[in-house]
Amino acid sequence: MSTAIRDTTAAYDVAAIRADFPILATRVYGKPLVYLDNAASAQKPRQVIDAERDVYERCYANIHRGVHWLSVHATDAYDAAREKTRRFVNARDTREIVFVRGTTEAVNLVAQTYGRKHVGPGDEVLITGLEHHSNIVPWQMLCEQTGARLVVAPIDDAGDVDLDALERLLTPRTRFVSVAHLSNALGTVLPVRAIVELAHARGVPVFVDGAQAAPRMPVDVQALDCDFYAFSSHKIYGPTGVGVLYGKAELLEAMPPYQGGGDMIRSVTFEKTTYNALPFKFEAGTPNIAGGIAFGAALDYVSAIGLDRVAAHEHGLLAHATTTLSAIGGLRIVGTAREKAGVLSFVLEGVHPHDIGTVLDREGIAIRTGHHCAQPVMDRYGLPATARASFGLYNTRAEVDALAAAIHKVIGMFR
Amino acid sequence: MSSDLRDLYQEVILDHSKRPRNFRAMPDADRQAEGYNPLCGDRETVFLGLDGEVLKDVSFQGAGCAISTASASMMTESVKGKTRAEADALFERFHDLITGKPGAPSGPELGKLEVFSGVREYPVRVKCATLPWHTLKAALNGAAAQVSSESEGPAAESGGA
Repeated sequence: MSTAIRDTTAAYDVAAIRADFPILATRVYGKPLVYLDNAASAQKPRQVIDAERDVYERCYANIHRGVHWLSVHATDAYDAAREKTRRFVNARDTREIVFVRGTTEAVNLVAQTYGRKHVGPGDEVLITGLEHHSNIVPWQMLCEQTGARLVVAPIDDAGDVDLDALERLLTPRTRFVSVAHLSNALGTVLPVRAIVELAHARGVPVFVDGAQAAPRMPVDVQALDCDFYAFSSHKIYGPTGVGVLYGKAELLEAMPPYQGGGDMIRSVTFEKTTYNALPFKFEAGTPNIAGGIAFGAALDYVSAIGLDRVAAHEHGLLAHATTTLSAIGGLRIVGTAREKAGVLSFVLEGVHPHDIGTVLDREGIAIRTGHHCAQPVMDRYGLPATARASFGLYNTRAEVDALAAAIHKVIGMFR
Repeated sequence: MSSDLRDLYQEVILDHSKRPRNFRAMPDADRQAEGYNPLCGDRETVFLGLDGEVLKDVSFQGAGCAISTASASMMTESVKGKTRAEADALFERFHDLITGKPGAPSGPELGKLEVFSGVREYPVRVKCATLPWHTLKAALNGAAAQVSSESEGPAAESGGA
């Protein structure tokens, strides 16, 4: 399996990085593809595509069960991906790394195991006004099941979470806090470390939805001291259908299993089943083996470039885009938080985001338009939708300029 | 603008989207229904004044993209004074037009609604054009529930951030 090895002291070579992503050579309606929808899903480098194909061509079998050569090799490769993940988020132990289908499944897992065990009638689960639907709905479902109440810490006009309000909303009834690390709709970076401190001071555990942050900034779960952290492979240049739930071992140990089935058991009789050790207790059924191994290749890929360098590159793109787009008459950037990363939401006076999206598409530019699975954020701003450009490690300043030029075309057409 | 975008955003459509006709609430409406497109957040309410089987007045209000706003505006002009059966037949014909189906030869004349023929090249925008029509149909049927453009086909947006 190939791995990108780069000198991390060298200049950020975006051309070399782009050459790793075959899809970036695509032409759309005769124009070069400008892919600015990375917050929805990121494209895959050759190294990841090769890794997945390699599994099926050279070392595929079911894992954790066979005595035969192929199964042993597949198991080794899958376990290696777990170790890569541990290192990537700086967890203490691979027992704390549970492979799931994606961030959404991780939230549901924690809500239905930890939540069902510890949240009861009259209790409160605290989230923020910035959350993606997948960090709202599983908690709403838990509240419906248990008679608990979902409490929402408000955001201000800039798109920052009101930390004082959040602190006031931490009450003796608060049993759990779940927050995004980076808002998919506005690009706000949340002060997760501060939120964890506030919650822990009251003995309340914190789940962090890292779906947008993990591809865009270094993540250290020990430094954050969060109790759970989740992210998805497909947003960090890996395959779809793979995700990570990090949980502190002592919490995971005490949680009941999520789904029952193979691999999550130690022994089964019709009278009694004993569950497997961590993390397998939460991994019922044959997992996405090739996807998991290729996810490991994706982590190798971004780690070889360096998340700090990716963050700096995307920060440069966001700053350039903010300056360039702000200068366009009638364009308003939605979300002006103190600290932002990777995501730029905007509206254009007199033009619906859906129409912006269609015109940009014909220019070869892929952006997201709509509510970004964060309808409460849209409601907060009184908007039905926004247009959103979101950056990846392969985007360039020239692509930002192409976006700005295309927005001028939109204006010419609709004004 | 490239020529194919001009097929979608024809002058008549741009005009109706900027200056929608019959864009008003109808306090004494006999029927009304709200349509919603979760893909783009469009919401529009269609109001109906009925005289027996005849749509004697039709209006709408709401916020939407250029295609759905123009479609609603031109729909109100097209169906006003028609019977329910005529409005249904017109929708069917309109639907065939924007999805690229040949359409029954005996169907009604679409008239100005022909400007929406370009939508067939933009399958993701079909729901925008049909939203007001689905909403009109719901109002005619007296359905209380909100109409979703998702009745048009497979779910457009269920996740993905």
